[in-house]
Amino acid sequence: MSSYSYAAPTSVDEAVEVLATNAASGQRTQCLAGGTDVLVQMSSVDREPRLLVDVKHIEETNAIDIGNNEIYIGAAIPSAILNENEELKALLPGLIESADLIGSTQIQGRASIGGNLCNSSPAGDTIPALIAVGAQCVIAGPDGTREVATEDFITGVGTNCMSDSEFLLGLKIPRPGARTSDAYLRFIPRTEMDIAVAGAGVALTLDENGVCTAARVSIGAVAPTALLVQEAADALIGTNVDDVALQAAADACSAAASPISDKRGTVVYRRKVVGVLCKRAGAIARDRASA
Amino acid sequence: MAEAVDLKAIGTRPIRPDGIEKVTGRANFGADLNLPGMLHGKILRSPHAHARIKSIDVSRALALDGVISAVSGKDFPEKSGNDLGVNIIARDKVLYDGHAVAAVAATSAFVAEQALALIDVEYEVLEPVLSIDQALSDNAPLVNENNHTNGDTSKPASNVAAYQIMSRGDVEKGFAEADVIIEGEYRVPTAHQGYIEPHACTAAMNEDGRGTIWCSTQGQFDVRSNTAAVLDKAVSSIRVIPSEIGGGFGGKTTIYLEPVALHMSELTGRPVKMVMSREEVFRATGPTSATLCRAKVGAKKDGTITAATAWLAYEAGAFPGAPIGPGCMSVLAPYDLDNFKIEGNDVLVNKPKVCAYRAPGAPQSMHAMECAIDELARELDMDPIDLRMKNCSDEGTVAPYGPTFPPIGLKACLEATKAHPNYQKAKPENGGRGIAVGFWFNIGMQSSAEVRIAENGGVTIMEGSPDIGGSRASMCLMASETLGIPYEQINAHVGDTEGTGYCNTTGGSRTTFATGMAVIQACEDIIAQCKQRAALTWDLDVDQVDWEDGQAVPKPGVNADVSPLSLADIARSAGRTGGPLLGRASLNAQGAGASFSVNWTDVKVDKETGRIDVKAFTAIQDAGKAIHPAYVEGQMQGGAVQGLGWALNEEYIYNDDGIMENAGFLDYRIPVASDMPMIDTQIVEVPNPSHPYGVRGVGETPIVAPLAATSNAVRDALGFRIYDLPLSPPRVLEAIDEQENA
Repeated sequence: MSSYSYAAPTSVDEAVEVLATNAASGQRTQCLAGGTDVLVQMSSVDREPRLLVDVKHIEETNAIDIGNNEIYIGAAIPSAILNENEELKALLPGLIESADLIGSTQIQGRASIGGNLCNSSPAGDTIPALIAVGAQCVIAGPDGTREVATEDFITGVGTNCMSDSEFLLGLKIPRPGARTSDAYLRFIPRTEMDIAVAGAGVALTLDENGVCTAARVSIGAVAPTALLVQEAADALIGTNVDDVALQAAADACSAAASPISDKRGTVVYRRKVVGVLCKRAGAIARDRASA
Repeated sequence: MAEAVDLKAIGTRPIRPDGIEKVTGRANFGADLNLPGMLHGKILRSPHAHARIKSIDVSRALALDGVISAVSGKDFPEKSGNDLGVNIIARDKVLYDGHAVAAVAATSAFVAEQALALIDVEYEVLEPVLSIDQALSDNAPLVNENNHTNGDTSKPASNVAAYQIMSRGDVEKGFAEADVIIEGEYRVPTAHQGYIEPHACTAAMNEDGRGTIWCSTQGQFDVRSNTAAVLDKAVSSIRVIPSEIGGGFGGKTTIYLEPVALHMSELTGRPVKMVMSREEVFRATGPTSATLCRAKVGAKKDGTITAATAWLAYEAGAFPGAPIGPGCMSVLAPYDLDNFKIEGNDVLVNKPKVCAYRAPGAPQSMHAMECAIDELARELDMDPIDLRMKNCSDEGTVAPYGPTFPPIGLKACLEATKAHPNYQKAKPENGGRGIAVGFWFNIGMQSSAEVRIAENGGVTIMEGSPDIGGSRASMCLMASETLGIPYEQINAHVGDTEGTGYCNTTGGSRTTFATGMAVIQACEDIIAQCKQRAALTWDLDVDQVDWEDGQAVPKPGVNADVSPLSLADIARSAGRTGGPLLGRASLNAQGAGASFSVNWTDVKVDKETGRIDVKAFTAIQDAGKAIHPAYVEGQMQGGAVQGLGWALNEEYIYNDDGIMENAGFLDYRIPVASDMPMIDTQIVEVPNPSHPYGVRGVGETPIVAPLAATSNAVRDALGFRIYDLPLSPPRVLEAIDEQENA
């Protein structure tokens, strides 16, 4: 009879030690935060025994720190906590909305941005939103912590840059300045409880005249990993983010996408819709930034 | 027929007898039973849509610690090699992705699952038949080399299992008289019933050859007879105890696991429990048919329909039995026609054997015809209600399937639609409105009921119809009305096959009508007995006693100085007047009244993403007499949502090899609550003269009209028609793009 083992370290050092020891022994390890992906996989597709390292009892994975220059969000913070944080919602409305799209209200009591990122699905909703706001992933490991840009964190479908002895501590996001905001939209055939067919996150800064001075555009579910689309950002920078600029950004997103046809949508469909989402998210971010 | 004004209980909305157990989580469902020494059974399923089984070797599985039994098709009786038996466990061929190939019983579900990976099966993969077009094409592979259409072996083997035709008049002449002719070809995808509770059972075979099965089913008596047939046992050697049921909608009218579990229990001497995963439910149990329907209708300028034809082809799955009969019966039922021709084809494909789903067969064929009627109204520039009113079936119309309609409520539903505030309201800006008629003929069949009176006058109804839609509440209300006692004094129980008289399966909207009639008759039996007991007590003749408001009283004019005797009074002294009070009835109910409906919906279409937003939906339906109006409304709302889901996103997706790609609720998209508007309902009551209180079945009809209503609304919003379902965003966007580029 096979069985699982479980560890719940309470400090970063302890967690790193558990992970490193287990990795050295050759036993499979998986980190657990809210468990909304891991536990579902374990009860359906992948029942192999493993050590589960529960990382949500560590101070650094549970902290939110809104600094003057930087915002820190612990990897295990559940979406429900983020959704209730009015200050974060005002600063990073698109990112918080993306967290609010994951699962149902009940699921959001457990589901975390960190978990969504570590699950590394091409369709993860928070990932394009994190890329758009320029989030850095803080990774703890035997050699201390290191930081990796979100767009570089994910390396493929279901894979990321962390080794077996590392885990995600949290996310650092530059605090948005004046006339800066973001938006994230995804397309699903239903209204909730579904997986993105395509997604687009846009973060931008306007000057006093409403001219876009900085922008980041990211798209999801249309390639093996979420993509940072520089051409789409370039289409917005220097414009008033009007319909013409938004359409140019949309076309850049459609061009950058390399989707597959599957049960959730066709190549043609995803390519087109990811552009529509970029256009709509861009308009929302613009309106928020100028509000 | 009781006068409506006299009714006291019927038409009220009390809480259901099974409510508290369900909302507190105490109710026992199919997977809730555990027995000492129980084993867990699991099924190995085919990874191919069509293949010959060359060999099966279970020896490595049997060698695994904890595995007690491993069986395959050859271990089952030769006699059970009929369609039902071969569907439950394959013999020489696997016929669809998920077809059961072998089974194991082990000391835990985990071990059983591990053992499946140790069963060695050698397949010779064959080309699968995956669509009606392919099945009907020349040189198509044959799902079953021995299948000849309608059993006619003088013709070559074919993938068409059955063909039927209904006709009247001369359609050529009718179309020649028409000023306008509408023709179209419509496809509806395979749809799942979407019941929440997967199939589950526990079976225990005793050494004396008597077996017991606990399971979730719509019909314990069918589980008994079908299991007995598959295992070549006497029907009476098996007892079936139905659990509470977590949804069925037709999907639990057949068996999958029960004979396998009982057989492995017999082999091991231990109880065997089997529970399907959601994936197994999708891959291996019966959804309803994907269809290809051609509808043609012609009319004069004034809207008089002169002829209509329907050619229907329904996927049966790997074994014959698509619901082409009901599909043909329903397609033109709303119309009084002199000339029509309806053809049905039951087509074999390498997919799971279809099963009933709410109004089996009617939503698909009526989708085609109600879309055609909508196009006809546009072409004639007529209001779609007026067009239907001009041609609708009514009392005295000879239905396309033969009988002459007694009073029916179609006209009343059409009139109610015109008068409804939602219909008079403007449709949403840039949106569309679609309307369609629904129909189900309803069925009666066999039912039994007992009414038992406790010493304090408490009433227990014992009947055999598993309660899938609040029927116990309806039984109690009809008993309350008949006996003249409060609803709260009555409880209804669904008995097992040993504990109650025979009832046909709950389905076809028969239960409140037929089992209800048995309950009413059993109550009348009680009343007759009570009058006798009172007469005995009072030393009167029985014809000098009346039953009024739940008590025996002397008839007016009878000179007797006695106090009325309540049911409790009579029950308390029953030992002195002849023994316990026990009423019973058994019947084969005739005259199930057809139920018509009119549905309309308002939609908006996102033309950049193809997404449809359902803004409003209204369902009007003839219930004959709504025993419990809240549950009738619930049936109407539930059916509407299931129909909308089928119209919008639900479909089985197979890859080119015939492997199902969306075997789960994530990618088989039934609507979530936030997708749906409030489903407004209005019950119309045109009493069914064949039922004491006028009941018509109401459970099937609600799913029929939403498909065409949605299609017609999207047609209205877009300005052109999309003929196929589902109207999923990729399909709609592709159609919009094609239209723009045309």
